[in-house]
Amino acid sequence: MHPAPSVIIFTTFSGLGFGLLFWLGIGMPAPTGWLAFVYFVLAYLGAVGGLLASTFHLGHPERALKAFSQWKTSWLSREGICAVATLLIMALYGAGLVFFGTAIKPLGWLGAIGALLTVFTTSMIYAQLKTVPRWKHWTTPALFLLLSLAGGALLSGNVGIALPLLVLAGALQAVAWVHGDGRFLASGTTMKSATGLGDIGEVRAFEPPHTGTNYLMREFIHEVGRKHALQLRIIALGLGFVLPVLVLLLLTFNLVVAVIAVLSHVAGVLTLRWLFFAQAEHVVGLYYGKR
Amino acid sequence: MTELPASTAKKLGLVIDLDTCVGCHACVVSCKGWNTENYGAPLSDQNAYSGAASGTFLNRVHSYEVQPPILKDEPAPAAQLIHFPKSCLHCDDAPCVTVCPTGASYKRSEDGIVLVNEQDCIGCGLCAWACPYGARELDAKEGVMKKCTLCVDRIYNENLPEEDRQPACVRTCPSNARHFGDLADPESDVSILVAERGGFDLMPEQGTKPTNKYLPPRPKDVEPEYDILAPYLAPVASEGKGFVNWLDKALSALPGGAK
Ligand code: SF4
Ligand code: SF4
Ligand code: SF4
Repeated sequence: MHPAPSVIIFTTFSGLGFGLLFWLGIGMPAPTGWLAFVYFVLAYLGAVGGLLASTFHLGHPERALKAFSQWKTSWLSREGICAVATLLIMALYGAGLVFFGTAIKPLGWLGAIGALLTVFTTSMIYAQLKTVPRWKHWTTPALFLLLSLAGGALLSGNVGIALPLLVLAGALQAVAWVHGDGRFLASGTTMKSATGLGDIGEVRAFEPPHTGTNYLMREFIHEVGRKHALQLRIIALGLGFVLPVLVLLLLTFNLVVAVIAVLSHVAGVLTLRWLFFAQAEHVVGLYYGKR
Repeated sequence: MTELPASTAKKLGLVIDLDTCVGCHACVVSCKGWNTENYGAPLSDQNAYSGAASGTFLNRVHSYEVQPPILKDEPAPAAQLIHFPKSCLHCDDAPCVTVCPTGASYKRSEDGIVLVNEQDCIGCGLCAWACPYGARELDAKEGVMKKCTLCVDRIYNENLPEEDRQPACVRTCPSNARHFGDLADPESDVSILVAERGGFDLMPEQGTKPTNKYLPPRPKDVEPEYDILAPYLAPVASEGKGFVNWLDKALSALPGGAK
């Protein structure tokens, strides 16, 4: 799949933003006044900024409201509803903290559940796709949730919780990569099944339908860039998990240490999100003899 | 609504004959011609007169080379070149419809045609991600999803003469490789064709239950020995003489030498 920057930025930052909203929602921490304001601005920058970035790849962003209508079948529609509902609820909860110094606990809990649901629905947009075997697996939602919780814990200063979550997320990411590598083959979709010609003999793409490229090839076939996948995986694990954990464990915690850990984690998640798209192979590539 | 109809009264679709398709791309051109002028937004091209042309098509023709297995002790069978037209298969269990967040993508309960309501489409592209066949293309200029309409504006169009009430690609095909009809009716011409020729689904394991069927290429004839004079020609120099003969034998005697 084409690793579009808008979608990579969207999934990374909205994941972090909603993760932070989750921890704020359950009152860990429950700051008031200006400090609460800073926390909520940070969370909304991530969540709303991510959502806005995702509208950049729409052909008709002005019709985005229509996307709330098909919650019965569409994970994308469900995601939109969850995101907006969560942002509204948490805005009320945040207003309580910032202006009145009170935590309206039921609202916070509702918002926390909404934040998790938002991240889950985002992940299901990918995990539902049978056409991309690497994504169609329980590790996709599990990883999105774990990354969001870990990143949120890091941002909210819950170091004791962030540490085990980071280790867990890193381990699950490694599992997802290794298992994901074999899933295209295991899906059983091949050039033979795509063309139905396998009974005659070995099928080879002889000529594509056109001399140039097209939407399908641009969107779904991304063979270049995969060659450095192993190095990028190591970089992603190092920046996303190993470095933040080491920094938090070995240095005495202060703002600078926290910022280093967060920046490193974000860079790592951006890298692994790039890989999430760049390494995902869509079955349509088979018609072009590519993956 | 992007819920799929529980069942459709008809299953209109295409049957594509991989045996007779000659790969002329006439269906590609007629499809683009009809559909850029009629239902919905036109099918745009980008950099049409440069070396990097690209554009929106609802129907494309691939070509595959298939090499039958080479058996020991038999002359290698010739590879076959098979042209492979591909447009939307109007799937019964269309994943492209259920993923759509706006309801723009839908399947008609009366005839099973899968369409996009372009006024509602936000151009998110998710339906194209969900289609295993590459049957949907987001138009780069219009920002809406384009796909085969089964020429819904021809097949019911009473302003057209009767013989033209068929999809443009079917009407235009010079080798009759594309057939249109109701695949829910076992008595229809297309259903009979599918039954007789062993029509098959593309990627059945994806569970989309495509309406369109493909007919396999027929087995190739075995070429007869047609040079009637060949048996009467005496072989030239079956036994060599002198130095050349000695050299031939000597080289053959070397390890790996040809006999
Ligand atoms: S071929 Fe693709 S676009 Fe057409 S109905 Fe099937 S899944 Fe949808
Ligand atoms: S591109 Fe249009 S038709 Fe396709 S899923 Fe998005 S809104 Fe629906
Ligand atoms: S049925 Fe019409 S829209 Fe579909 S491929 Fe044929 S010509 Fe194109």
